[in-house]
Amino acid sequence: MGKRITIDPITRIEGHLRIEVEVSGGKVVNAWSSGQMFRGLEIILQGRDPRDAPLFTQRSCGVCTYTHYLASIRAVENAVGVQIPDNARIIRNLLHGAQFQHDHIVHFYHLHALDWVDVVSALKADPKKTSALADQVSEAPWGGTAYFTQVQQRIKTFVDSGQLGPFANAYWGHPAYKLPPEGNLMAAAHYLEALRLQAKTARMHAVFGAKNPHLQTLVVGGVTCAKDLTPDRIGEFLFLWKETQDFVRKVYLPDILAVASFYKDWGGIGGTTNFLAWGDLPLSANEPESLFLPRGIIMNRDLKGVKMAEESKVTEHVAHSWYEGKADLHPHEGETKPRHGDYDTAGRYSWLKAPRYEGQSCEVGPLARVLVAYARGKKEIRKVVNDTISKLGIPVTALFSTLGRTAARALETVVIGDAMEGWIMELVGNLKKGKGDTYAPWTMPKSGMGVGLNDVARGSLGHWIQIEDKKIKNYQYVVPSTWNLGPRCANGKLGPVEESLIGTPVADPKRPLEILRTVHSFDPCIACAVHVIDPDSNQVYKVKVL
Amino acid sequence: MTLERDFDQRLLEKGISRRDFMKYCGFLTATMGLASSFVPRVAEVFAAPKQRPPVIWLHFAECTGCSEAVLRSMYPWIDELVLEVLSIEYHETIMAAAGHQAEDNLRMATKKYEGEFICVVEGAISTKDNGVYGKIGGRTFLEIADDVCRKAKAVIALGTCAAYGGVQAAKPNPGGYKGVGDALGISVVNIPGCPPNPINLVGTIANYLLLGKLPAVDDIGRPLFAYGTSIHDQCPRRSHYEHDEFVEEFGSEEAKQGFCLYKMGCKGPDTYNNCPIAKFNDGTSWPVEAGHPCIGCSEPDFWDKMSPFFEASE
Repeated sequence: MGKRITIDPITRIEGHLRIEVEVSGGKVVNAWSSGQMFRGLEIILQGRDPRDAPLFTQRSCGVCTYTHYLASIRAVENAVGVQIPDNARIIRNLLHGAQFQHDHIVHFYHLHALDWVDVVSALKADPKKTSALADQVSEAPWGGTAYFTQVQQRIKTFVDSGQLGPFANAYWGHPAYKLPPEGNLMAAAHYLEALRLQAKTARMHAVFGAKNPHLQTLVVGGVTCAKDLTPDRIGEFLFLWKETQDFVRKVYLPDILAVASFYKDWGGIGGTTNFLAWGDLPLSANEPESLFLPRGIIMNRDLKGVKMAEESKVTEHVAHSWYEGKADLHPHEGETKPRHGDYDTAGRYSWLKAPRYEGQSCEVGPLARVLVAYARGKKEIRKVVNDTISKLGIPVTALFSTLGRTAARALETVVIGDAMEGWIMELVGNLKKGKGDTYAPWTMPKSGMGVGLNDVARGSLGHWIQIEDKKIKNYQYVVPSTWNLGPRCANGKLGPVEESLIGTPVADPKRPLEILRTVHSFDPCIACAVHVIDPDSNQVYKVKVL
Repeated sequence: MTLERDFDQRLLEKGISRRDFMKYCGFLTATMGLASSFVPRVAEVFAAPKQRPPVIWLHFAECTGCSEAVLRSMYPWIDELVLEVLSIEYHETIMAAAGHQAEDNLRMATKKYEGEFICVVEGAISTKDNGVYGKIGGRTFLEIADDVCRKAKAVIALGTCAAYGGVQAAKPNPGGYKGVGDALGISVVNIPGCPPNPINLVGTIANYLLLGKLPAVDDIGRPLFAYGTSIHDQCPRRSHYEHDEFVEEFGSEEAKQGFCLYKMGCKGPDTYNNCPIAKFNDGTSWPVEAGHPCIGCSEPDFWDKMSPFFEASE
């Protein structure tokens, strides 16, 4: 038996996550992922006005702020049977595009980069050489020796103050850090630039959505921002989009390539087997055919065998979760009988359930989406993927890895961001033609059922609602981090993150930096993943959707 | 004087003109309800302090939306807040350390700065079944809060969850969630909102750094400088209300004209906050400006008291 290492809390994620691994011979041989909190939002929704569900479920997460809001609105609209106007569809896609841009930039620079970048080493860098390196790898709008000297001075002042704050006690100097000091200084500078950029990127949400986080502009039937469809507001959005997409193209993607070139071995670490994408960003009322990010399922890494994904093939297991029962059930008919017990990796050890597709665990998220789109021959994706693997000189199979997952996130940001400009022009075109509708009237049926299938920054997301007597009878959601970070299923098969950690090298068990790299590459979001509970009544919750 | 020169130099290095900076400080000073003679002193707070005040930031049952809101702070920029104004000793979402090293940071900072640090709490605390519904590093939220908050010089409950329990405390409140003041029976400054406007946190901290004390609060712990007046009384659409000009359907001509949203369920008359004045994301917009009724998100128990959100209040 190898040595057990526990990392709790996993920081630089949303929510409370515990990861435990067993290390033997310098490598991970077993792994357990455990969600450490629940809040009970689905129970709280019961009996409420269905129109309020999106505002409640949005509060699942302030990082994914727009995504549950959108998924929930779609589920309610599906239940009441309303078709939203074209402008509402476009504005929702623009807000969703901005969410992808914002989420992915923040994830890489502020949640993930410190696993690859040693900030303390940046103090040893030669600013002149850093400037030369930066010129060589990116077209960033800032640079030059003076610029990097100033950034380095700023870090030095900070370190010399002795108050290291959020940078204290990290794994600085760890042998798994491979960037030269100049690479670290460049990345640290871009970390700070991205911190400012993201605040501007989030302003896109405020232009049509009032504020970020927790936008307030969607209603069942459309959007409320009718008064904001003016040239100055659209121009404001366009300007913020342009500044963001410039950053994505000139800094984010080049930084990914530059960092990746020092970590090519991570193209063989951290991979999983099956990939699911519900797809998103509808380009017309016709779904799933018009989805800009296509829907599909890939089993056993067989890209040629990509198939249409069907929600009827999803079941959720609870054999290793803190719920009663062992059966695997379709989410529509799923039971939730919570029963908190001890943390026991041989038995039950997480508040997360274990979703499976045809009995198999599936990775969801940027890598799954990029692989599905690539397999389906989507030309924008094929181009960026082929360019990247040829620049790095790695095979396509290297995508099945921690490196591939991190690169896929940047690649889809480029593709989605590029498409947004066309959507803005489509909105302008509609307005020019006098088509200004943003809302379609509807009436609440006495009863109804609805589903919203989405693909959001962290992966495939489904919301299900059942309405009775014009009130919410039941509400269920299966979210990306439940797919990725869920525990073992009834058959003992590992969840995707658990599977991905097997074989990971661990140089120093006291400082398991390598584990963080792979866990963070999934962009975990635990507040989203755990939301069902009623500890007292042990009620059985069921949602059925036709 | 040296401080002043350093300060100008630093601004210059960052490409910020002194004029812009002082304009911001003027805005912040006004938001805080202080006389204009305080403007230079507010500016000083954001110059180079010798020792940056230590902050321990705890996350409990929440969505991280309040941290995200603070990350959107543009004046001062978030990197300045983190690197040059405050010393954020512990913050799960941004800190580099993980696992036991992260927990060591919390333990060491709590000890080293006992009685000195500002504790910012984000999220509600489960009080049912000994708080078993939320744990970090094997300890319940309740145990952590009880340990850390009591050692703080001041506790700021950021967001409606930390202030009053928030969404997880909505009926039937399955995990027995409460705001931090309630859960621990201690006095805190509440900065509610879902999310709160970051300027109200910055204003509260500036008040503390400047005057050495927390701002004056109302009877439910909210700083009066931000929460002293109702949304309705500050609303730019107020004249439509007075003239009986109401939106009665989203997407209508009246909606495009920006009429009053009262009949669509706007809770502005019952909600105290500075949204219409401060706005969000660098003054870009706020819910009523985007044509959406206010949902009353800075009021205690608003998830129950203010809902259904799209029905007019009586």
